[in-house]
Amino acid sequence: MIETRALRYDYPSGPSLSFHDVDVPQGATLLLHGQSGAGKSTWLSLVAGLLTPTAGEVVVAGQPLSALSRTGRDAWRARHLGFLPQKLHLSDALSVERNLALAFYAAGVPENKAALHHALELLGVGDLAHRRPSQLSGGQAQRVALARTILMEPKVILADEPTASLDDEAALTGLRLLENCAFQCNATLVIATHDRRVQEALPAAMVYRIGRHPAAAMGEAA
Amino acid sequence: MKTIALAFRYLWSRPLQAVLNLLLLTLGLASISFVLLASEQIDRAFQRDLAGIDLVVGAKGSPMQLILAGVFHIDVPPGNIPLADVEELRKQPQVAKLIPLSLGDSFRGFRIVGTTADYLTHYKMAFAQGQAWTRPMEAVLGAQVSRDIGMVVGNSFIGSHGLGGGGHEHGENTFRVTGVLAPCGCVVDRLILTATESVWQVHEKAMAVDDADRKALEAEREVTIALITYKSPLAAVTFPRYVNGNTGMQAAAPAVEVSRLLRMLGVGSEVLRGVGAVLLFTAALSVFIAFWNAVRERRADLAMLRMLGATPAKVAALLLCEALWLAVLASALGLAVGHGLTALVGYLLEAQRSLPVTGRIWVPAEAWIPVAAIAVATLAALIPAVTASRVDVAHLLNSR
Repeated sequence: MIETRALRYDYPSGPSLSFHDVDVPQGATLLLHGQSGAGKSTWLSLVAGLLTPTAGEVVVAGQPLSALSRTGRDAWRARHLGFLPQKLHLSDALSVERNLALAFYAAGVPENKAALHHALELLGVGDLAHRRPSQLSGGQAQRVALARTILMEPKVILADEPTASLDDEAALTGLRLLENCAFQCNATLVIATHDRRVQEALPAAMVYRIGRHPAAAMGEAA
Repeated sequence: MKTIALAFRYLWSRPLQAVLNLLLLTLGLASISFVLLASEQIDRAFQRDLAGIDLVVGAKGSPMQLILAGVFHIDVPPGNIPLADVEELRKQPQVAKLIPLSLGDSFRGFRIVGTTADYLTHYKMAFAQGQAWTRPMEAVLGAQVSRDIGMVVGNSFIGSHGLGGGGHEHGENTFRVTGVLAPCGCVVDRLILTATESVWQVHEKAMAVDDADRKALEAEREVTIALITYKSPLAAVTFPRYVNGNTGMQAAAPAVEVSRLLRMLGVGSEVLRGVGAVLLFTAALSVFIAFWNAVRERRADLAMLRMLGATPAKVAALLLCEALWLAVLASALGLAVGHGLTALVGYLLEAQRSLPVTGRIWVPAEAWIPVAAIAVATLAALIPAVTASRVDVAHLLNSR
């Protein structure tokens, strides 16, 4: 599902980062490990098509991203990629329902209210559709953000530090929800984390470790 | 969800800033709208009142005062001129038409003007009711006079001495209303017209101590102002010089004096226009700062939009659309306030029996108000919008 080959990215006025090849099958879970600044964000940006690699290739769901134009990659990302940021970025100017509708707006597709409410129901927050994000508890907000992530039934879900700042019980619930959502969409799940609890909770997941060695090839699939 | 709807919600998610920006833009646009409306109407009023009057002749003094008193009826005249001299002027070959005006009395702030029926013909006046005077002590009311003091044909009134009101009443000299004029939007609307003889009669009765005295006064009859239309425009070269040099009277060319007056008023309107421009510039700065901050605050939200698949152009369009909302709202409010302000000034001027100004008309130049608003708002939001479109999604990944 996610395949990278000889991937390298040179920052215009910064380090040059090379990554080991990786091949994640459909429906699998990949844990992305690495210290901050090691290149996790760069790798996620490359896989999301937000950065164009200096060399190498990213193939997601059979689609080589280099074959797409910049706007083509934006449209592709809207349809096939779900992203769950660590900070949830739910806009308080909008209701929960409108926050989810942003996904349709950004993708430039007509709003599908049935899908929207189905996603909220799936995560057990169907009754919060008209609340503002500031009126939600932390757990509720995370469920809403997750509903937004899976709204377009993505093939790949990228989650950035989903358990940071959560206690053990909430972290475990969050991970189970994430896993369940990925399973529902039959999506490949990539979790960028340095939280040991994640690996303990998902023992079957593949692990991809990104090190801080700018000059040499980085990453090591385990 | 459409960009317009989304932009509107984002705009009002920071109500204080939105209101401040709206207020600044509105004030700038309102002052420009006010200047456009007022100067256009004053210009028009001058053009209308001056139409066909080539020269104003009166007592020596300030030529501008002569025009303001004799044509627009917003100043006191410098004095009177002998009727005999005026009749001499009428005989001059350059003169096509001469209309005498006698000023001096008023009724509740409205001037009583003694003149001939030519004055009505000159301004092409129509009657709303009744007819012109046929003998002295009959009067015709301008439309505003009739409306304000509520008099109709058949009513009587007693004029008081002086042009401002508050002078002593001329006892037994009662005017009878024989006609009310239809509104013309010109100076005649705020005048009470009567025969020249009425004015003489009122003053001779008041001043003469006996019959002999009255005879003497009759021989020295005066008028206040003569409005002259030339036979040929060429007369403009020689005739004023003839009047100023060969008679004891003064000639003033309205075209010259009015352009001098408009130049003086022009300074005022330039100042107001300048204030409007400064306000708009301040508004532009304020909008720029607000949007710049908004982009900084919402950097991660905008990055999230990019992550959800929005193109950079769409992110920029969202910001620009927010600015457009400000422009549209400010245009509507600015025009409303501008017209309201003009209406208020018009109300005050009407109370002073002065120039007619209303907030109920539109001038073509006002079409530039929304254009200016959109230009200012778009320019101010342009750099923030471009910055937003280039937002680095790394912010999203790193915002912990």
